[in-house]
Amino acid sequence: MMHRETIPRVVTKLLFPFILLFALYVQFHGELGAGGGFQAGVIAAAAVILYGIIFGLSAAHRIAPPWLVEMLVPLGVLIYAGVGVVGLLLGGNYLDYFVLDPDPVHGQERGIFWVEIGVLVTVSSTMIAIYYAFAGRGR
Amino acid sequence: MIATHLPALQVVIPLLAAPICAMLRRGSHAWAWATVVSWTMPVIAVAILLQVLEGGTISYWIGSWEPPWGIEYRIDTANAFVLVLVSAIGAVVMPYARASLEREMPADRQVWYYTMYLLCLTGLLGMAATGDAFNVFVFMEIASLSSYVLIALGRDRRALVAAYQYLIVGTIGATFYVIGVGFLYVMTGTLNIADLAERLPLVENQRPVFVGLAFLTVGLSLKLALFPLHFWLPGAYAHAPSVATAFLAASATKVAIYLMLRFFFTVFGASYPLADLAIPALWIALSLAAIVLASITAIYENDVKRMLAFSSVAQIGYITLGIGLNSEAGLTGSIVHLFNHGLMKGALFLLVGGIAYSTGAVTVDRIAGLARRMPLTFAGLVIGGMSMVGVPGTVGFVSKWYLVLAAVERGWWWLAVLIVASSVLALVYMGRLVEAAYFRPAPASSAGDQEMPLSMLVPAWVLVGACVYFGLDTGLTAEVAAQAARGLLGTP
Repeated sequence: MMHRETIPRVVTKLLFPFILLFALYVQFHGELGAGGGFQAGVIAAAAVILYGIIFGLSAAHRIAPPWLVEMLVPLGVLIYAGVGVVGLLLGGNYLDYFVLDPDPVHGQERGIFWVEIGVLVTVSSTMIAIYYAFAGRGR
Repeated sequence: MIATHLPALQVVIPLLAAPICAMLRRGSHAWAWATVVSWTMPVIAVAILLQVLEGGTISYWIGSWEPPWGIEYRIDTANAFVLVLVSAIGAVVMPYARASLEREMPADRQVWYYTMYLLCLTGLLGMAATGDAFNVFVFMEIASLSSYVLIALGRDRRALVAAYQYLIVGTIGATFYVIGVGFLYVMTGTLNIADLAERLPLVENQRPVFVGLAFLTVGLSLKLALFPLHFWLPGAYAHAPSVATAFLAASATKVAIYLMLRFFFTVFGASYPLADLAIPALWIALSLAAIVLASITAIYENDVKRMLAFSSVAQIGYITLGIGLNSEAGLTGSIVHLFNHGLMKGALFLLVGGIAYSTGAVTVDRIAGLARRMPLTFAGLVIGGMSMVGVPGTVGFVSKWYLVLAAVERGWWWLAVLIVASSVLALVYMGRLVEAAYFRPAPASSAGDQEMPLSMLVPAWVLVGACVYFGLDTGLTAEVAAQAARGLLGTP
């Protein structure tokens, strides 16, 4: 840990919001170009992991508490699978996105949007959980 | 309205339930939730089976994309039967799980056990329900990854080694499977199983198709523990938590066998009769080796869970023998034994888990004289053992009857004699348990041993009862199995 190194600490604080912003850009740009929930999830997790490396694990635990991370891992799966159930409830088959909107093409877009949100939640929290598991060893 | 969505619900309910289970964070809550969910599964499976028996094959389009472009769930009698087996075993073991796991693992791990159990159930049911070769791979990974965790949660550190060995072998198996599917995809341009069957004749006798078949066969043989690819199984079954062993032994290998049937008969059978591919001869040889060698190993095994695991390898030999016989009677024997072996091995592993509940490790020496302290457990063990031997009135007899019938139908009397004679081997290893428990004096150290709690005894006896019930009333299982066999062979 680099508690006393001024430059990494300042740079990390400066970069932190931009990393998160870039994650969101990659997330929502996914349907138009390169990107999507997997990449965005890793980038978002990288922000927290960088914070943890520079300021220590307990500081990372303050901004992303372990219990929350452990809840988010299954939550993302639930969002993804839940979108499929919404299709079921709206009268289509399971994972039917056509029925999510009067315009079927728009319905597909809407379905993918929420699925990617689910992927973002699970991937980012899983990456953080893996980091916590390794960094927390022997403490 | 809901009836049309049953194929999806069969897989989606445990899939959704698993993350919710992980969020519950308390062992007892997770157990209650997983139990409720797993009990809805056989209801759905039986409803699907009834639909199939009445109206023929069900096709469900996931996401409303038309097959072969979209993923199709395609359920005929064969996989409806497998769904019933897997979901029924999954439901029966749940009440058992609570007391057993509280003894075997710390409270904070139980939540993860139930979560992984639900995911494993999702994977196994998905593999059986789907009609898409790649979707099978996805569910295979879900089922495998979660079952590695289930095994690794066993009570001592040897479980980690066993889980790791299973992980390596299972990954190779799944990789071989997906390579095989890749070859077929390259040659036909489709992943839909029904579509594959239609398109394979167009690329007849081309080498990549045979390479694909070879990869599929070896990959699935690893998963179903066909001799000599069974080496991962005894360790995994011996060191997993008792209830996980019972569940996996009764369901995981069975689903792999179903896939083998699906590829051998539905996909390839239409254009390449198995006999032309020299598969039957090879399978009969390997199956007989499994029956004889694994049974002999079981006889010399001192750890009871390992003994039953080797017995599983031998019993899988009977199932694959039916595939090798390549006839309606043989396949009926295979499919009915797939179901019956699930029942009896589930019952035996639950009972042995109940002995382990009291004694810790279960070896033949440790159970000496225990029948007096645990009369109900060992009475169940005797009935399960009789079923393993194939005594009339138990399910084991029904399966062997069909296999003998199929052998005689082919005029292979030597095989019929071998099938009957091999029962003696089962008699010897099950007899060792009975002899130790009933006729040897109990050592003083076993004074504190007592019957397992009722919540464990009842599920075990439900399966023991099923072994007898389906042994006497063969109408249900044998009829459905025969219909499934006709469906796979494409005969009316």
